[in-house]
Amino acid sequence: MSPQAAGLLQLTALIAALALACRPLGDHMAKVYSSDKHSRPEKWIYRAIGVNPAAEMRWPSYLRGVLAFSAASVLFLYLLQRIQGSMPGSLGFSSIDPDQAFNTAASFVANTNWQSYSGEQAMGHVVQTGGLAVQNFLSAAVGMAVAVALVRGFARSRTGELGNFWADLVRGTVRVLLPISVIGALVLVACGAIQNFSGIHQVGQFTGGTQEWNGGAVASQEAIKELGTNGGGYFNANSAHPFENPNPLSNLFEIFLILLIPFALTRTFGRMAGSLRQGYAILGAMAVIWIGFTALMMWTEFAHRGPAFEIAGGAMEGKETRFGIAGSSIFAVATTLTSTGAVNSFHSSYTGFGGGITLLGMQLGEIAPGGVGSGLYGMLIMAVIAVFIAGLMVGRTPEYLGKKIGTRQIKLAACYILVTPALVLGFTAVAVALPAPADSMTNSGAHGFSEILYAYTSGANNNGSAFAGLDADTPWFNTTIGIAILLGRFLPMVFVLALAGSLAEQRPVPETAGTLRTDKPLYAGLLVGTILIITGLTYFPALALGPLAEGLAS
Amino acid sequence: MSTITPTPTRAPHGDLPPAGGHGRADRIGSGLFDPKQLLKSFPDALRKLDPRVMVQSPVMFVVLAGSVVTTVLALSDPADWFGWAITGWLWLTTVFANLAEAVAEGRGKAQADTLRRARTDTVARRLAGGKEERVAGTDLRIGDLVVCEAGDIVPGDGDVVEGVASVDESAITGESAPVIRESGGDRSAVTGGTKVLSDRVVIRITTRPGETFIDRMIGLVEGAARQKTPNEIALTILLASLTIVFLLAVVTLKPFAIHAGADDQTSLIVLAALLVCLIPTTIGALLSAIGIAGMDRLVQRNVLAMSGRAVEAAGDVSTLLLDKTGTITLGNRQAAAFVPVAGVTEADLADAAQLSSLADETPEGRSIVVLAKKTYGLRERDQGELTGAAWVEFTAQTRMSGVDLGGRKVRKGATGSVLAWVKERGGRVPEDAAALTDEIARAGGTPLLVAVQDADGARVLGLIHLKDVVKEGMRERFGELRRMGIRTVMITGDNPLTAKAIAEEAGVDDFLAEATPEDKMALIKREQAAGQLVAMTGDGTNDAPALAQADVGVAMNTGTSAAKEAGNMVDLDSNPTKLIEIVEIGKQLLITRGALTTFSIANDVAKYFAIIPAMFAVAYPSLDKLNIMGLTSPESAILSAVIFNALIIVALVPLALKGVRYRPVSADRMLRRNLGLYGLGGLVAPFIGIKLIDLILTLIPGIG
Repeated sequence: MSPQAAGLLQLTALIAALALACRPLGDHMAKVYSSDKHSRPEKWIYRAIGVNPAAEMRWPSYLRGVLAFSAASVLFLYLLQRIQGSMPGSLGFSSIDPDQAFNTAASFVANTNWQSYSGEQAMGHVVQTGGLAVQNFLSAAVGMAVAVALVRGFARSRTGELGNFWADLVRGTVRVLLPISVIGALVLVACGAIQNFSGIHQVGQFTGGTQEWNGGAVASQEAIKELGTNGGGYFNANSAHPFENPNPLSNLFEIFLILLIPFALTRTFGRMAGSLRQGYAILGAMAVIWIGFTALMMWTEFAHRGPAFEIAGGAMEGKETRFGIAGSSIFAVATTLTSTGAVNSFHSSYTGFGGGITLLGMQLGEIAPGGVGSGLYGMLIMAVIAVFIAGLMVGRTPEYLGKKIGTRQIKLAACYILVTPALVLGFTAVAVALPAPADSMTNSGAHGFSEILYAYTSGANNNGSAFAGLDADTPWFNTTIGIAILLGRFLPMVFVLALAGSLAEQRPVPETAGTLRTDKPLYAGLLVGTILIITGLTYFPALALGPLAEGLAS
Repeated sequence: MSTITPTPTRAPHGDLPPAGGHGRADRIGSGLFDPKQLLKSFPDALRKLDPRVMVQSPVMFVVLAGSVVTTVLALSDPADWFGWAITGWLWLTTVFANLAEAVAEGRGKAQADTLRRARTDTVARRLAGGKEERVAGTDLRIGDLVVCEAGDIVPGDGDVVEGVASVDESAITGESAPVIRESGGDRSAVTGGTKVLSDRVVIRITTRPGETFIDRMIGLVEGAARQKTPNEIALTILLASLTIVFLLAVVTLKPFAIHAGADDQTSLIVLAALLVCLIPTTIGALLSAIGIAGMDRLVQRNVLAMSGRAVEAAGDVSTLLLDKTGTITLGNRQAAAFVPVAGVTEADLADAAQLSSLADETPEGRSIVVLAKKTYGLRERDQGELTGAAWVEFTAQTRMSGVDLGGRKVRKGATGSVLAWVKERGGRVPEDAAALTDEIARAGGTPLLVAVQDADGARVLGLIHLKDVVKEGMRERFGELRRMGIRTVMITGDNPLTAKAIAEEAGVDDFLAEATPEDKMALIKREQAAGQLVAMTGDGTNDAPALAQADVGVAMNTGTSAAKEAGNMVDLDSNPTKLIEIVEIGKQLLITRGALTTFSIANDVAKYFAIIPAMFAVAYPSLDKLNIMGLTSPESAILSAVIFNALIIVALVPLALKGVRYRPVSADRMLRRNLGLYGLGGLVAPFIGIKLIDLILTLIPGIG
């Protein structure tokens, strides 16, 4: 079988598996977030943190919950890293420097998992399992909670109430993320990923000399790393490391985990909004972008020609032979179109266009299908923008799911779409202009520019993957990327929740023949077009100077 | 006769041409545009360059700022022809935007001038303590009583409280036929500036000087009172945020370019040009013109919207409340058939019916005479022809009309009255008369009885079926509305049976029978509670609360001042059918905005392909591959994009003023069409346009 055919088969299998799993999972999540029953462990948690899970919250209190919880998490994770050196179970690693500890704490709480450290050389068992892995669950649950609050905003009317943040947080963790990641970890262990608390092994190399390998609770962290679209690897090599991602099957399974919840949430959205077809339209728009990007990526990577590539059988530099071009391409697109940021290959080594696709994937705002929760709310914001333009064209004040898109709604949506371009372009411009940050670049010219652009794109969009080649462990990058991560995560949440509040207060407009049908392919197509044009145009000049200049040259 | 029908206050002008047939395709969409207006409005466009005015439109304000910056740069390097060329075209872009607005306003100005002539300073004859005193019209206060006699100009808005007069309202409506204004009832409102032609009336002033109807009209058509509508504000916010995004993209491009080694190719002038090309200038420039033109299209149809918000709401309307009489049906019932009782021929009945109706001057009576003539060739007899005839005229009290010809007496009228007349004379009523009466009533008609008294005694001959005649084309029109997602509800004072029959015939979705003003109000509130936007027309004082409650309330100009005050639109023609056109104009306004926004954003793709290679092909030669249009040189590429960007504004001014063509089809089809036309068109057009401009530029020596 040719590698192309194998790639196509893998993609088909992946789509089939997702199609099978998204329905029941989506329905399950809709039930989880709509139920008014509490399991016993959940009741213990509520009692322990002292909240009433039945109390409805308006958007300001929901937001306060999100921000207070996240701030506490950042502080906790920061302190944990700062005292690592004096804690047992740390494999003898010392405490993390303040700037890197801040960067890592911000990054994991914001579901970004940008890592300016090497896991196996810096973080012991306590920080990895007790700090980072915990945040992998909680940050994902926060994203889902905010998405569900927005969905409730559309579904509810004449009330400002969006549900209870604490209940949503706990349920998302206990009833969705934990069970699936347990199964996921078992599957990964079966595939050969490691799961232990052993120390550092000295291993002899074929070429002589020794290597240090450490063990750890890898499979369990790997499962939630993908499922929660976190992406922070146990090891520096991330999913390219054989302990994290041993073979093509585990590779495909990890991609499946990455895409599972974001796609399934569209079903949840359809269920909760009372129209499955509306969910399908959003799913359709996400799927078109995802499949389109994957096809483009495979095309550019397979088509890459040149003597070195001919011998290697394609653009294999920076890719694992275990996964090949197809397995790496599918993974790269999935990880950048979601806010995962796990990598099984070096994006820096992709063809110019290939690197551009990973960059553009993140710059679209990670909405196809996007991070857990954040993908859905990001996509719904774009849906609001698209409906506004299209709604005018059918001669009505635009409305989406029966809710009028008026001045306040557009103001909030506009603020949302301003945040990440401002962070990405602003920080990149400053970094390029200053002498010190530019020293971190390994390459000069277009490729070097891509390294910095990629770093801020990844941070502000909460992706967390790195282009490689950039020495990011400097006070400048640790601090600025940390800031970009926090603002890129929490500012949009402010606008999303405010929007949800304003929508929930509205009285729904009944649907008539004059209403723009947002559950039809035409609208899904328009949504894709709006996303590509509005975000594409924002980044076109920057992309031209990086990946495009590089890609067109070859 | 059973009903008292209002006399039309206006020539038959009220029955607008029926929908369908000629003029349908551009029923909404006309609006003249004369290219000469562009030249005429040029000075106004220059006056609008004031930054305090420009800041209203964030997009165009950025262009203005860009123009100023490039001017300073061009002045600092006067030998650079490229800098001057860009500067010139940026200024033109700004001026073109103002021009669009100035042209739109110019059309209202002419109208305002005509109105101003009507607002001459008048002397009012104020009644104070039973005595008359002469005061200036501007000194009148609310509640003052003034006297107007034939030849007087009404000094201010008010209601007639005493007397009847014919009034020439041509100053505001443009209609020369005089109208009747009388105290009490629903035709009591008079407007300042109109002229009393006959009789004497006493008027109670209801508005302060300076706030009269004419003053407001002048403000409205001039656009002086124009405020941004909610939807316009939302769109402005979206456009402003896109402007900020592109501002970011362009500002950050400088350090990127320095890093790439393309510092020289990205001078401030080039960046300003790129920025102006990217921000949505097309829609930004035309946005306010579209709004003004929308109001103007209403004014051309003799409808005055009190706010742009009302016009916009009209596009959103999902329930239309239409009064039956005058809107759905012709104002009057008409005779549709003669139904004889057993033993009487139809021809005999028709003859008797016609005879008895000759003295009935009401429209119903006339229609009986006409029907007899049409169906039986019975010539209309002149009253004078029949010597010795004693005519009995129709009165509201007797509810009968007829004639006594020697020993033969013929009567026709309301069933109750005629039955009483027959019984009084010991006549007989055939058994089938009652059944026939019921049948007509069930079919939604009004039965009239015809009876005769002659040698054979008094007896009933048969019935006349009076019918509400549904206006031609209404059924199709309601069908169109349904496809647009608008539900129509007929409001009538008729009983439910009659109402149902007419509703079915007219094809409305629902009806409200035996409607009182309270019922109407309750219906509006119920619809609104279900999320519907309601539009209605009304004229009477008791309509005022409902007009105020409705989202779009169109008051008839013939109505009371209370109604005019309560509604958010006034129809100077007092034609209730116009509500449908108002809805279409509202929709057209929104569609035009959406279409031009889509066009404007789609345009950006081509501009990137022109400017990015022009800026960076020196630093990265590979980027020259993006120059898919094959533009001659970097300078001509950038200049072509800027010129296209400016010219497209002027090219689209007619579209902005006339509005996108609107057809009543479903939302889906409309979206498909507009997306194809303005989305794809907007993507492709600039590629062609920029290439053409580039080709022309290369003909100029020194470029290319």
